[in-house]
Amino acid sequence: MSRVGYIAVNTFREAVRDRVLYNLVAFALLLSGAAILVGQISIDIERLVVVNLGLTAVSLFGVVIAIFIGIGLVSKEIDKKTLYTVLSRPVRRWEFVVGKFLGLSGTLFVNTFFMAIGVFAALLYVSTPHRFQSSDAWILVALFFIVLQFVILCSLALLFSSFSTPVESAVFTFALFVIGSFAEDLRGFARMSHGLTRWLATGAAYLVPNFSALNVIGQVAHGQPISAHLIAYNTAYAVAYSAMAICGAVLIFERRNLK
Amino acid sequence: MTITGSRKVTVTASILLLVSLASSVLLLQRLDQLRSHATLEEVLYLTSPKWIKRLSLGYDGLMADIYWTRAVQYFGGHHSQGIEEFKLLDPLLEITTALDPKLTAAYEFGANFLAPKPPNGAGQPDKAVALVEYGVRNNPDNWRLYYNLGFIYYFDLKDYTRAAEAFERGSKTPNAHPFLRILAAQMAQHAGEIQMARMLWQTAYASTKDEQIQKNATTHLRALQVDEDVTELEKIVARYQELTGLLPSSFNALIGAGMLRGVPVDPRGKPYKLLPDGRIELRNPDDFPFVEKGLPPGYVAPRPKLD
Repeated sequence: MSRVGYIAVNTFREAVRDRVLYNLVAFALLLSGAAILVGQISIDIERLVVVNLGLTAVSLFGVVIAIFIGIGLVSKEIDKKTLYTVLSRPVRRWEFVVGKFLGLSGTLFVNTFFMAIGVFAALLYVSTPHRFQSSDAWILVALFFIVLQFVILCSLALLFSSFSTPVESAVFTFALFVIGSFAEDLRGFARMSHGLTRWLATGAAYLVPNFSALNVIGQVAHGQPISAHLIAYNTAYAVAYSAMAICGAVLIFERRNLK
Repeated sequence: MTITGSRKVTVTASILLLVSLASSVLLLQRLDQLRSHATLEEVLYLTSPKWIKRLSLGYDGLMADIYWTRAVQYFGGHHSQGIEEFKLLDPLLEITTALDPKLTAAYEFGANFLAPKPPNGAGQPDKAVALVEYGVRNNPDNWRLYYNLGFIYYFDLKDYTRAAEAFERGSKTPNAHPFLRILAAQMAQHAGEIQMARMLWQTAYASTKDEQIQKNATTHLRALQVDEDVTELEKIVARYQELTGLLPSSFNALIGAGMLRGVPVDPRGKPYKLLPDGRIELRNPDDFPFVEKGLPPGYVAPRPKLD
């Protein structure tokens, strides 16, 4: 296994050992259970409620995990002095950053996998007869997009944690998550403005992460298909944007004085 | 010259950063093309304003601003592309005003988007009335809403009694524009006349600081002037024919007969045309959207421009 791989696996192990993580997963599963109750007291929208509430829970809890673990990835290692042990070995700083990113992304992928099982189980429970429909496959696409959201968030949390305190990193990452959720509106506003404002707004609109295109919960809840183009572009975009943020983190971390 | 390991990482990361930045911008542009109406699509899934209000977690004001901007973009986009169907306009306005019932701009401008016939609006005056009535219920002291209501009743629904009622109700609000009382009083006698329409547009111009509304009012006032001029000139031509038994060959004939003091010009200073059959026509009808008289037979007005 490469050095990046070892760091990633260790990051994953550390995250899994974290009790907060277990609590959040348990809470997400509880929320999916709540969806069933809501579904039972509604009329004819049981499946809709389960998909909407389940996927929203997966997304929100994953976002919380991504932010709160992501911001501590570097600072925790510095506080515990374990970073010096790692870097005194033949491990390059960029390998440390990339390994941490892959480890956290992996953690979130596993998390989402278990939460997704909860969502599908709830869906099966409320369906009459207890059987999946072909349109339910689109839920997997929505889950994939949610994972892409987490990947972008992990990279941003890591970028901010490479130069600021955990609290600042949390604020910055959460702010970008909120702004990014309205990214399409932001670009619409930019198109409506004129002159210098238009240039500045367009620049800002393209720099913030585009989370709105990654949110297809409403669409899949209604069994609407997702185009292959959207899946391809969203995947490529998430890779490009995360790469950009990780490169930023590497550049900053390479120059950071750790004494 | 050898490059140190750290420098190699810096150069590689910098290049990769720039490449990924450029790629993400390009991909976003493709995504925007793919999802050109994405921000509006959620209206199709979440149609209940009450649900959206709950989901906004108390940030109603901000959400209302976002929905209002979406409504403006939707109307502006459709209008500039010449699309005459505005299916999502009413739901967008309904959501906006449910989220923030005090957002008076949404009632005033929203009604102006909804009420006029296409291509100037969505041609849904009943929905415009419902929107403004909702605004009145939530902002009973805002005289401008009553004025808007009267305006829709007068111009779009031609219901002069209700228009008079709306102006009357508005005139009783605190700080009401004094013109409302006059409009309500004049309505009984002069409903349907050019003078009444002129008075309404003059009030629209005088009671706002918004340049777009003032521009729109000016365009309508010019159109009314043309309608009035053409009506008057055709009456003069008819009188000339009665006196001489002939149609005038040009405006000079009318000037010579002492019926006109000079060649009549339109509000933009261009002379009117006197046709051999006695009709009066505008030299350039494209300059005057909304005119009803003085147009060549079969004339189709160009699509109004949005500034």
